[in-house]
Amino acid sequence: MISLQQVSFTYPGGQPIFQSFNWQLHRGEAWAVLGTSGCGKTTLLYLLAGLQRPTAGQVLVDNNPLERPRPQTGLILQDYGLLPWATVRQNASLGIQIRTFYGPDGTHAPLEAVPADNVNRWLDWLGLNEVADHYPNQLSGGQRQRTAIARTLVLQPDLLLMDEPFSSLDSPTRSALQDLTLQLWREQHYTLVIVTHSVEEAALLGQHILLLGKPPHTAPQVIENPAFSTPADRESQAYHDICAELRGRLEDTL
Amino acid sequence: MSRRSVLIALVAILLIWQLLAWLVNLPILPSPLTVAAAFWEEVIHGQLLQHFAASLWRVLASMLVSVLLAAPAGLMLGQSPRFNRVFSPVIYLLYPIPKVVLVPVVLLFLGIGDLAKITIIFLILFFQILVLVRDQAAALRPELILSVRSLGAGRRALFRYVYLPASLPAILTALRQSVGTAVAVLYVAELFATQYGLGYYIYLNGSSLLNYPAMYAGILAMSLMGMLLYFSIELAERYACPWLSALKSAE
Repeated sequence: MISLQQVSFTYPGGQPIFQSFNWQLHRGEAWAVLGTSGCGKTTLLYLLAGLQRPTAGQVLVDNNPLERPRPQTGLILQDYGLLPWATVRQNASLGIQIRTFYGPDGTHAPLEAVPADNVNRWLDWLGLNEVADHYPNQLSGGQRQRTAIARTLVLQPDLLLMDEPFSSLDSPTRSALQDLTLQLWREQHYTLVIVTHSVEEAALLGQHILLLGKPPHTAPQVIENPAFSTPADRESQAYHDICAELRGRLEDTL
Repeated sequence: MSRRSVLIALVAILLIWQLLAWLVNLPILPSPLTVAAAFWEEVIHGQLLQHFAASLWRVLASMLVSVLLAAPAGLMLGQSPRFNRVFSPVIYLLYPIPKVVLVPVVLLFLGIGDLAKITIIFLILFFQILVLVRDQAAALRPELILSVRSLGAGRRALFRYVYLPASLPAILTALRQSVGTAVAVLYVAELFATQYGLGYYIYLNGSSLLNYPAMYAGILAMSLMGMLLYFSIELAERYACPWLSALKSAE
């Protein structure tokens, strides 16, 4: 589905982060990108989202070069992604509003329409009905992230990109949302790429794990995750083993 | 602040005024009742309404022009560090200049018509709005812009769904904070070479005609205009920015 071909990326005036980097993701896979802060994992996500363009090489989505954000790609960030002046319901409808604003032009919005009752369905499903008229600053961190998830899923994405989505949440909320992410991935059949610095999160949510060490990145280090299961099993021996392995390999990169 | 406490404050102010009028006992401080009668008389038979309308038009026109010019400029400066690097030193130097001292200069250049008066108020409002909108736009998190872009928003949708609602509170706050100064400077501007406006009216009755109740009626009209503008902007803020009042009530 996505293919990075000879991708190089350097921020203006900075050190190269990717150099002739090749990487393939197939439709329906769940990927975790694991690395310490500053390793370029967010940059990789922005490249996949079409928010950054490679300085050389290209990002192909379904064999088409990615030039701008695709309407079928959903992006969920750690924080600050919601409009502070809009209620939960308005935030969840933002994608639909933007599509109506442009009309189905195939660039900003796909040609096929989104069902109109999608917002209510997702608010309901994600337990946000009671806070639908609240503003983001009146919500808990978990509710905020569920609103961001609702806003993205309303648009029926085929690719969901998440950047450290749960790292500012408390541990029970984080576990609940990790389980939710897995359940949604299984039911909605989208391709999932989650960027995280947490070994446990990568082990839970990544069928395949891309390990990023120190930049510049040239060849991808991919680890297949035998412990991956839906629903997640945080007690299994395989899970503990893969966590230990990932931790070791992450430390080796420092 | 309840309606009742505002009402009590109003009554108290009127009482103190009345007491002072008794104590001073001079024609230069008429009682509130005398002024109210003069106000009514001047509105019905005099030309107070025309003067009021002339002043209000000048303030409203300059408010409109300054919002239309300052808000987009502020957005541009706030979102473009390069522009801001060039222009912020200029603004830094011009912003603290008390614009009222420019009244004679503007009058010399633009003459005695409405344009000069509107320009003077514009100078005050423009910088206030520019600075507040710029800071508001600069405070927008890049994450917010990115996530809205990822929903398919291009430049036009970003403006409609992010920049416009983000700058609205800054525009209204700037207007509310500076409308008092604007009315004060309008008074000064209307002292010069004009036939209409509350400033002219107050000065004429106070210094030339020595009709003190009418002078006070003019002062009352100018105060009412200031209050009308202030409260309208406050109402607009509450209506246009409901998330801010939701924030306040949560605290």
